[in-house]
Amino acid sequence: MMTLKVNGHDHEIDADPDTPLLYVLRDDIKLNAAKFGCGLGQCGSCTVIVDGKAVLSCVTPLLLLEGKQVTTLEGLGTIEAPAPIQRAFMEEQAAQCGYCIAGMMMRAQALLQSNPKPTDEQIRAELEPHLCRCGTHMRILRAVHRAIRLMDTADASSTTHRSAQ
Amino acid sequence: MRNLRIVGSVIAAVLIAGAVAAFAITWRPAIAAIDPPAPQSFDTALVKRGRDLAAIGNCNDCHTVRGGQNFAGGLPVPTPFGTIFSSNITPDAETGIGRWSEAAFRRAMRSGVNRDGQHLYPTFPYDHFTNVTDADDQALYAYLMTRQPVHAPARENQLSFPLDQRFVIAGWKLLFLRHGTYQPDSRQSAEWNRGAYLVEGLAHCGSCHTPRNALGAERASAQFAGGDVDNWHAYAINAQSPAPVPWDADALFAYLRDGWHPDHGVARGPMAQVVSNLSSVPPSDIRAIATYMADVFGAPTPDRKRQGEAVLAQVKSPAPQPSKTNAAGASIYAAACATCHETDRSLPYGGVNLALSTAIANSDPRNLANIVLSGVRAVEGEPSPIMPGFASSMDDGQITALLNYLRARFSNQPAWTGVEKTVETARRTQTVFLQTSPGPRNAPANATQRDKP
Repeated sequence: MMTLKVNGHDHEIDADPDTPLLYVLRDDIKLNAAKFGCGLGQCGSCTVIVDGKAVLSCVTPLLLLEGKQVTTLEGLGTIEAPAPIQRAFMEEQAAQCGYCIAGMMMRAQALLQSNPKPTDEQIRAELEPHLCRCGTHMRILRAVHRAIRLMDTADASSTTHRSAQ
Repeated sequence: MRNLRIVGSVIAAVLIAGAVAAFAITWRPAIAAIDPPAPQSFDTALVKRGRDLAAIGNCNDCHTVRGGQNFAGGLPVPTPFGTIFSSNITPDAETGIGRWSEAAFRRAMRSGVNRDGQHLYPTFPYDHFTNVTDADDQALYAYLMTRQPVHAPARENQLSFPLDQRFVIAGWKLLFLRHGTYQPDSRQSAEWNRGAYLVEGLAHCGSCHTPRNALGAERASAQFAGGDVDNWHAYAINAQSPAPVPWDADALFAYLRDGWHPDHGVARGPMAQVVSNLSSVPPSDIRAIATYMADVFGAPTPDRKRQGEAVLAQVKSPAPQPSKTNAAGASIYAAACATCHETDRSLPYGGVNLALSTAIANSDPRNLANIVLSGVRAVEGEPSPIMPGFASSMDDGQITALLNYLRARFSNQPAWTGVEKTVETARRTQTVFLQTSPGPRNAPANATQRDKP
């Protein structure tokens, strides 16, 4: 039994220490934003934020998360009050099939938390581990640039602050 | 009084002679600048040969910086003496070698002196390039002079006094630079000699794989015994090789040409760039290098051979080995590593069985720390091996537990000491390497493998 902190809540988890975080998030806590893509840490669709850093949850065993803060896409905003990164992806219509998008948003969010004004080159380099088979890359890049502008405004600070904790 | 005068004139004569000698040792004339030759003035067959030679020489690896233009230089090379930045070897007239004649180029290759007559730091491996023939220098010159000129001024080296004074290099050369082109060994085959010529010369394998002395020169007595480069350990590639399965000529040929071998894994770190370049050169040259290097490795002892066979047998039918002493390391391995490294998916797209890993068998855990932290980057636009890095998800203590577990489970070597310190250093230095290194351009797999990732 261990306590897993996800989106500001404590969850008592009864699972083997080598269980991947992704399984716990989806099966035990029923947070389904993070997706199972390859299960090998090669596609990025399972990405969540752990202590401010983008992490591939399918190759992250539970025992690495003792005392750490996990943030999933659900922790950034709601349908009624989407976080800037979520609003930006919606406004740019950056999803096609959408399978990769949760992971893309989480890594972009982690990037913008540590570097609020990244260059286009830095964004591309950061999102390199993420695959999108639909070919929506240009919209995704536009969405991240839009999120930078949205986060610049005051109303954005509350959600970014929460996930940064 | 007269005696004093004699002593005085002797001292003066010695000083003058010393000054003349020092001048003769350090001073090199400038070679007249030329107008940049038109690319059309070079024979295309010569340019093509130069292209292959430049790939064997791995020139683009040091002379290109991540995000920069090919051959435009600017890569920071960390050395124990300070940071040296590679130069622009595009034919740009102002900032490159556009005004260099072929004679000036040949002098740089052979004696490490630039067109102006300044001594070049031996980070540029002229201690090897001195073995390159005139004909090959001519081809390399033709290739470089037909590249796209790029205006990219040299970056200032970060060296402290007196090493920032280039005349000091003349002294280094006096001690360590052995001139003279490669002399063939008539007792050996033509292929062996071709391989030796390439390995000792243009390919400059020893620059990384031979340890260096306190003055930064390769130790002739420990040739290919393993060296340090960019915070990676370049393994011993002689009889001291730590590879679990001994190398032979066929394995070397496949590895150097394709970038991976089922018994040894995938090339990564600075070697990824080397095999990426070698994937495009004539197979006969790779075969020659493999033939010569197999001789350098030497035939394995019966004991070593048996150990290698035992490892291969164990890989084919692995016995589960639950660890009782390092539960954290075992759990991390099971969840983060085994999904790729213990599958029936074959190399290069599946992970190598770690019993075959030279990084784990090696006496220095640095490469393993590097690879766990940074993974293997995919090659842009190509199906290629890929491994996620774990720098964001594991702290130093967790990586230390993992490394100790891997060493205990997958090698028959004694436990490492000071692993946590190694991990800490690796975390700091790898970030720099990955930001500056241009990275491989070709996927390390041959064409027949590429269509079935």
